[in-house]
Amino acid sequence: MTSFEPAGAHEARPAGGAITAVPVRHPGRWVTGAIVVLLAAMLVHTLAFSWTYRGGVHQPRFQWNVIGQYFATRPVLLGLEITIELTVLAMAIGISLGILFAVMRLSPNPLVSSASWLYIWFFRGTPVLVQLFFWEFISYLYPQLTVGVPFGPAFFHFSANTVVTAFSAAVIALGLNEGAYMAEIVRAGILSVDEGQTEAAHALGMTRGQTLRRIVLPQAMRVIIPPTGNETISMLKTSSLASVIGVAELLFSVQLIYARTYQIVPLLMVACIWYLIVTTILSVGQYYVERHFAKGALRELPPTPYQRLRRRVAVFDLRQENTILEIDSLGRPGTGL
Amino acid sequence: MASGELAVQAEGVRKSYGRFEALRGIDLEVVKGQVTCLIGPSGSGKSTLLRCINHLEKVTAGRLSVDGDLVGYRQHGGRLYELRDKEVCAKRAKIGMVFQRFNLFPHMTALENVSLGPICVKHESKAVAETRARQLLDRVGLADKITSYPSQLSGGQQQRIAIARALAMEPGLMLFDEPTSALDPELVGDVLDVMRGLAEDGMTMIVVTHEMGFAREVGDALVFMDAGVVVEIGQPREMLANPQNERTRSFLAKVL
Repeated sequence: MTSFEPAGAHEARPAGGAITAVPVRHPGRWVTGAIVVLLAAMLVHTLAFSWTYRGGVHQPRFQWNVIGQYFATRPVLLGLEITIELTVLAMAIGISLGILFAVMRLSPNPLVSSASWLYIWFFRGTPVLVQLFFWEFISYLYPQLTVGVPFGPAFFHFSANTVVTAFSAAVIALGLNEGAYMAEIVRAGILSVDEGQTEAAHALGMTRGQTLRRIVLPQAMRVIIPPTGNETISMLKTSSLASVIGVAELLFSVQLIYARTYQIVPLLMVACIWYLIVTTILSVGQYYVERHFAKGALRELPPTPYQRLRRRVAVFDLRQENTILEIDSLGRPGTGL
Repeated sequence: MASGELAVQAEGVRKSYGRFEALRGIDLEVVKGQVTCLIGPSGSGKSTLLRCINHLEKVTAGRLSVDGDLVGYRQHGGRLYELRDKEVCAKRAKIGMVFQRFNLFPHMTALENVSLGPICVKHESKAVAETRARQLLDRVGLADKITSYPSQLSGGQQQRIAIARALAMEPGLMLFDEPTSALDPELVGDVLDVMRGLAEDGMTMIVVTHEMGFAREVGDALVFMDAGVVVEIGQPREMLANPQNERTRSFLAKVL
């Protein structure tokens, strides 16, 4: 901008006062733009228009017809449902444990904070795939689950194999693992809230619990939400690891199909496209949740894409009115800028 | 000066952070219904003393009492018992505090900021608390900013909301920790006007301030602190015009 006025001011001004100057040329932008267009063309070509010999037959490289054929079949949709259930349950456990362990970590009681440290240390320090196997084979360690007093009487017995199914093992493993990461995210959020906030709440006579719930956590949310959105998207994809212990989630479902038909790549593409669709929906959700918790932190909330679109249309209308005004005042068709 | 009932009484109050002693034996009496102004160079312990009075900081030694009760402890059979979290909160609820950096809750509107304390701590109904919050916001001249968030308001407006927030708890004592130090000069007047109005209504106030004009006009007592001790106490007008202590004199020479 070559204008000395505050941004947007010249828009409202009549054309007479506007600065006209030769804009700076950017030849580099044309070159990089051309490269991007070229690469995009190559991508479209290889995705949609290229052919290959496979098994002695000339056929499309990406078998979009096969992808389409299986895309919305019942086993795939059932797998997708399990994937979403896994993600939601594991994240619910993860977030709850995360808040619990973050608060514990900041506790003045050294035993409580060390317990939290130990939990985070273990579950963040071992691979989630190993943890999945561990929970799947929990009956090796505990064939019988017993509810009772340590070293004392027992009240109930369960067989571990009936309680811990592959699905529940996956939920427990992913949830506990996520809890460790969420604890660190929540802790960072809590620490990001200015100490003056806690003091002001205490000065009003609010208890520690009230201060945490009503003052600290709502403000910490602004810091907590973006990485939590990331974690949710990451969890959606990590849940595919549950296929190795036989949970019939999305990846496992397509694996079952290609084990029969040998159309490995098209079916992996089916899974990929579904993961992308859900990720996109989650990203949009994250945008609106972030916007909600920005309340008060920004003077004015940024417009939603829909509002931006409407505003652009409104500006367009305004320009037309200006043009008409100009015609009227000069008594002849406007010469423009 | 000791004729009236005492709101705050300090005897040999000490506060140390590790090796550093912020308060080194404070003796002070604040009479109910009076405005006591604390002045002194930065680091002299004014804010620390204020924060000890509502137990945001724990006193290390000496006796500090508000309304005749020890701050943070209960005396029983010659022994001191530390107060529980709940009891400390109940005491704090009767003392209003206004901070230099306002410390309004940024995720709440002005009305929510002011009504939160009564709803949360005194368990008033939302309707009752909000009605009074409206009256208080009107009193500090911000009836039209009820739905604004703190970030949409000027420093002076924020500080007046902070005062309304403290008043909503109907405190018997108000503590002001440099309430105008973070404000642009032209916004200071509005805040001081609100404080002047409070003083006229007979509120007991302890004000840490650099506004000597306010101390002279509104203050009933002026306390000069330096290096963690009270150096001089007096009637503001006399003390500002004719300080007795050498340290008071050199400080006033710099700020007046």
